[in-house]
Amino acid sequence: MIVFEKPKVLTDKPLHYCPGCTHGIVHRLVAQAIEELSIEGKTIGVVPVGCSVMAYDYFKTDMVEASHGRAPAVATGLRRALPDRVIFTYQGDGDLASIGTAETVHAAARNENITVIFINNAIYGMTGGQMAPTSLPGQVTQTSPYGRDVKQCGYPVKICEMLAQLEGPAYLERVAVNNVKHVLAAKKAIRHAFENQLAGKGFSLIEVLSSCPTNWGMTPEKALDWIEEKMIPYYPLGVFKDRDKEAVQ
Amino acid sequence: MSEKVLMKGNEAIAEAAIMAGCRHYFGYPITPQTEIAAYMAKRMPQIGGCFLQAESEIAAINMVYGVSSAGYRVMTSSSSPGIALKSEGLSYLAGADLPALVVNVQRGGPGLGGIQPSQSDYFQATKAGGHGDFRMIVLAPASVQEMANLTLCGFALADQYRMTAMILADGTMGQMMEPVSFEQPPLQEVEKPWAVRGTENMRPHNIINSLYLVPEELERKNVERFARYAEIEKKEARCEEYHVEDADIIVVGFGIAARVAKSAVDAARAQGIRVGLIRPITLWPFPKEALYRAATHAKRFISVELSMGQMVEDISLAIHCKAPVDLCFRTGGMIPSPEQVLNSITDAKTKIDTERTPC
Repeated sequence: MIVFEKPKVLTDKPLHYCPGCTHGIVHRLVAQAIEELSIEGKTIGVVPVGCSVMAYDYFKTDMVEASHGRAPAVATGLRRALPDRVIFTYQGDGDLASIGTAETVHAAARNENITVIFINNAIYGMTGGQMAPTSLPGQVTQTSPYGRDVKQCGYPVKICEMLAQLEGPAYLERVAVNNVKHVLAAKKAIRHAFENQLAGKGFSLIEVLSSCPTNWGMTPEKALDWIEEKMIPYYPLGVFKDRDKEAVQ
Repeated sequence: MSEKVLMKGNEAIAEAAIMAGCRHYFGYPITPQTEIAAYMAKRMPQIGGCFLQAESEIAAINMVYGVSSAGYRVMTSSSSPGIALKSEGLSYLAGADLPALVVNVQRGGPGLGGIQPSQSDYFQATKAGGHGDFRMIVLAPASVQEMANLTLCGFALADQYRMTAMILADGTMGQMMEPVSFEQPPLQEVEKPWAVRGTENMRPHNIINSLYLVPEELERKNVERFARYAEIEKKEARCEEYHVEDADIIVVGFGIAARVAKSAVDAARAQGIRVGLIRPITLWPFPKEALYRAATHAKRFISVELSMGQMVEDISLAIHCKAPVDLCFRTGGMIPSPEQVLNSITDAKTKIDTERTPC
């Protein structure tokens, strides 16, 4: 009896991610949502520049590789050209919260009917571990070797909290993938973000607190603990905006 | 709409784009091209199309990338500083072999420059549209009618060769009003099996991408693309030739500069000077053959430009340095007068008569 299978929406190409990286988990959650909602044939994914740049090889849906930070603008073009299709972006913190901040904010402000999967692992992974817009105060990286000094380079960007100030977005939730309970909650959130799009509700963003054992210089297990002990206190989990709930209130 | 209507050049581009089947326009306000956006904002909702004012030039070109990925005709327009912002996107469009129409209604530069007409983005359009090995088809209209015609032509060429076609106009062309008629072209539906519209679970997934980490693969891609460019250079170069056959002097100019130059050529002919005009309509591919042919009899060339002289190098290359190339220019938003061009022509005539200047 098969109790667990790789989602059919993922290709057989071996993932290039480092051991212990949680991109694999999030890819699976996205693929499961697409499979459960039977939307593989009508979905187009937009991938970023960063560690998940080659995610176009991992999903069986049609895929577009965007330039750094511009995935929400590319997704906007696809959205306007293909009104009955499902469009998602998959972006890291450097892509979405630094170089692409403007595209992120304005796609949210327009309430573009897209689903954004935002991987926050507090570091630039692909380029070898530089300080990200989401690196924690005091966090040591290649470009903050003495720890992130907030006096010199400011404070981390809290995307969900920031976007929640806008009238535009339909749904904003922050989840984590550091333990089974959190992974199950993340799965539900990601599926919900796709359901919102199918219902035409608009911009849904799921921020996923993720690990980068390689560039954090930790074992995979220790990295998961770091999410729990350091990241979650700074980036609290939960729903930051849900227009459905607002309408009820 | 085959009768003539009086229109601004910018509006003619917008209407022609709609006729070409373009239903998606993304832009950001910048003088002197904003009429294109204003026209699209009015027309697109009437015909079920999409006008969207983007948050930046960068976002606009990436929205273009999205629509083009889906296989639909799409355009953006801007003016010089805004085109600089789009250059990243232009490179990605080239790397992913995506068709698009991009309009540059040039203003003076560098930097914020000015808002008056200029042709100082010639290098940017023909040589350095962005990083990496790529080309764009560059079309240079010299009348409101050509603004319309070359827009139609640009969409067709972009689809045919899977690349960006750029309309390189200037503030004068954008702002001036002239009678124009629109001929609805037969809409050629180009097959786009590469487009991403969802697999419908009927085919393997399509990927729009410009990343090739294996150098051999990237090299092969670039070499293939340049084979296509070579075909374009062979087939698509266009220019207007005026009194060229017997000319000792050839004036070369595009856009508004060519119109000024034409008056000067007529005035010089009235004085008995054998002078002709070659007006490149395509700046890339550059009409090298016409120029080389002219160099078999012409003894001197004059490049008339609204810049410090950018096309002048291409003319020298095209004629294999067989004759000297003078520069007649105004820049910073200024336009040469017919008298200035005529003076350049008479100077050239004097030099031909009195000296033998090697290149």
